[in-house]
Amino acid sequence: MLKLSVAGNVVVRPLRGGLSPILRVTTKSDYPFPLRKQSALLLDDLTDSVADGFGAVLARGGSEQGAEPEANVLILAPDLHYLADGDVIKISPDGRIRTIYRQAGRGVSLLVTERCNSFCLMCSQPPRDVDDDYLIDDYLRAIPLFDRSTREIGITGGEPTLLGDRLFALLRTLKSYLPETAVHVLTNGRTSSDPTIAEQFARLKHPDLMLGIPLYSDISSIHDFVVQADGAYDETLRGIINLKRYGVQVELRVVIHQQTYARLANLAAFITRNLQFVDHVALMGLELMGFARSNIDALWVDPLEYQQELVEATLTLARAGIKTSIYNHQLCLLNPSIRSFSVKSISDWKNEYMPECSGCSLKPECGGFFSSASLRRSPNIRAKLVA
Amino acid sequence: MLAKRFTPLSVYRTKEADGYKLLPVRFTPLDSDRYVISNISGEFRVVTRDVIDALVSKELKAGSTVYDDFKAAHFLYDADSNAAIDLLGLKYRTKLGPIAQFTGLHMFVVTLRCDYTCQYCQVSRQTTDLLAFDMSAEVAKKSVDMAFESPSPAIKIEFQGGEPLLNFETIKAVVLMAEERNRSEGRDLAFVIASNLSLLNDEILDFCDVHGIYFSTSLDGPETLHNKNRPRPGKDGHALTVAGIRSIRERLGVDRVSALMTTTEASLGNCRAIIDEYVRLRFNSIFLRPLSPYGFATRAGHFARYDAERWLDFYKEGLAYILELNRQGYRLSETFSTIILNKMLTPQNPAYVDLQSPAGMGIGGIVYNYDGDVYAADEARMLAEMGDKTFRLGNVLEDNYETLMLSDALLDPLEASVAQSVPMCSECAFVPYCGADPLYHHATQSDAVGNRITSGFCHRNMGIFKHLISLMEDSPKDKEILLNWAWGR
Repeated sequence: MLKLSVAGNVVVRPLRGGLSPILRVTTKSDYPFPLRKQSALLLDDLTDSVADGFGAVLARGGSEQGAEPEANVLILAPDLHYLADGDVIKISPDGRIRTIYRQAGRGVSLLVTERCNSFCLMCSQPPRDVDDDYLIDDYLRAIPLFDRSTREIGITGGEPTLLGDRLFALLRTLKSYLPETAVHVLTNGRTSSDPTIAEQFARLKHPDLMLGIPLYSDISSIHDFVVQADGAYDETLRGIINLKRYGVQVELRVVIHQQTYARLANLAAFITRNLQFVDHVALMGLELMGFARSNIDALWVDPLEYQQELVEATLTLARAGIKTSIYNHQLCLLNPSIRSFSVKSISDWKNEYMPECSGCSLKPECGGFFSSASLRRSPNIRAKLVA
Repeated sequence: MLAKRFTPLSVYRTKEADGYKLLPVRFTPLDSDRYVISNISGEFRVVTRDVIDALVSKELKAGSTVYDDFKAAHFLYDADSNAAIDLLGLKYRTKLGPIAQFTGLHMFVVTLRCDYTCQYCQVSRQTTDLLAFDMSAEVAKKSVDMAFESPSPAIKIEFQGGEPLLNFETIKAVVLMAEERNRSEGRDLAFVIASNLSLLNDEILDFCDVHGIYFSTSLDGPETLHNKNRPRPGKDGHALTVAGIRSIRERLGVDRVSALMTTTEASLGNCRAIIDEYVRLRFNSIFLRPLSPYGFATRAGHFARYDAERWLDFYKEGLAYILELNRQGYRLSETFSTIILNKMLTPQNPAYVDLQSPAGMGIGGIVYNYDGDVYAADEARMLAEMGDKTFRLGNVLEDNYETLMLSDALLDPLEASVAQSVPMCSECAFVPYCGADPLYHHATQSDAVGNRITSGFCHRNMGIFKHLISLMEDSPKDKEILLNWAWGR
């Protein structure tokens, strides 16, 4: 699993004036001079001859000898050796480097706040009540450096809408600098129960904006229990309705675990009756990160055990013409009737396979596992051989 | 076990223990031990009598599976959530949506002449040489203008007869006028010709190709039955219709022709043969239609010859065979069931004029007769040809849109057609799927509201509703097929 924020880089020449520059990585030492100030030159070895004028110089190896006499020269910790052309990084005065954007990554995800108004049992990114306003500031500076051909950018939290106007400023910046890039915001939808919030999403007139909103049950008390917030079900439903009323695209996200699988088919039927206008439904396997680890015994269920519910839910939604996907499930555990709904959804820096998978003919289409699956996985994982 | 900082489900369930309130529901016995309970947007469950008793006496146990199911189906709500009322309102508005769209189906009777001599003819056709029964150019022009007075974003013009192809010149004129008018109107404009196809020729096919016109034809079953029901000089009606279907499919495309069957006394014993004929001709839907009590059908005593019960047996036999064909791998749906299932199992409303509340007469579909008279429904002009002009709204040459749509001949029966307020319908669990059909009750009971106990309309629909629900409750395989019909899969 890739680390996105790494200390332990060796500061060879200190950073100028305590600034934290945000720079785009290049490996071309003859990079055009006017672009160098906002670029970080990445070298294999610091002893290589170094052109001047770059915002920073990063090296995977080498020593101080022969180094460029300018400031902002660092030797990267091994965890950052994955950096490549087009990546966007932030360098802190203490030498910590945060990777904001990876050009080679399949999906770019921007965590905009760790604060949240829910406290989900299985949260993979447990909320923290911290002052993290700097995150948005960083992104506002970094977005102009992102590659314009980026396919999709995800906005995650915490609950992004708690940032209010600052979130909408970020979304406007994305639309302005990356007009062809799809934007996917993970929100619990509760703040959109206020129609003026929903309206602001619509007012962006973003050409490809989708809000991913979790709905865990057709029953208010069960949903509120899963998100550990009384009244959340009503707010989320009103949020979804408001957003669709304003024409904003909405995806429903259902995480399947021990507390939700029993009514999964009921939830699907509820969606076809009440929320048929949503644009996508994602039925998702559990990621064993964050709170999901703390609550593993109350949440874990072998996916093999809920196949009947999952098949009925998937086919109910598909029959109603609702675009439906299954995320985070290994193909060998899915009933063959619904394998075609499975999508390789696990970010490439989280994705792995297990020893049982060797020789499996489904592997090229299979999403595999979250890295966190080493904690617990189904005892029913089997390599499928071509018939 | 949850980690300590998390609150257990039981705490989130505490508000449910304070009791619940009922949302608007109705219930009706399904059979000797089961009831159907439904809400105003048509969601239903099948339960035993004691569950109904527990529900209405507020004794359902909070947190039980049946409690959760009823809460999710919006039969009840409790202090934990009031989203049900918003959602129910949204669903009810969606179901009533088509009414706000107003009149979308505009039927043009371009001639009453016909080359057939069907005994059961419901429109009292005239022989082919009586030009007095053709629609004039002036009436056609005024009728097109009237159709575009409708605020509906979609306008479908259906050419009726008689045999409309006997007056193809007027069809052409109407199509060209409507298209010209639509260049500035921008409606979703469509044309259908309801024809026996015997007069189909290359000129007609070319015109229909250029203008995207659809055909709807009559096919009563295999050759012997069809020709018996629908006699034509030469006794070649079936062969001509089948040849016409083939020409349209080849020249215009497979989806450009649909077929309808009419049930007669002779049809009743030929259920499988009729369906087999539709399969042989590779149709994917069949409409097992009852005969309506209008036109020659009543005069000749045809309508009286079999009652709703006999028709229901025919329908059930047919449906069982259609389901069998589906299980065997041929996709065939029954159209009337499909309309009802769409209302039962989805949030949609297919806006079928005969199952609407208020009725679709005038506000769903309207008829422009050859002589300029405007009727609230196809059945209304059938009654008029029998001498009963109760549902004549006016004439396109004398009246304007406002006087037609505000006439007592329309508003009175519409008021009588709100099923939710009709005696016996108001408390029926099936009312979200049904209508009130004031024309039928006027024709059979001389009263637009009518009495449901002796109503063939009620008896027939009730039988279908119960039969479809029983099939879904008792056979998962049939349920799967019926669900696919409901969603148009």
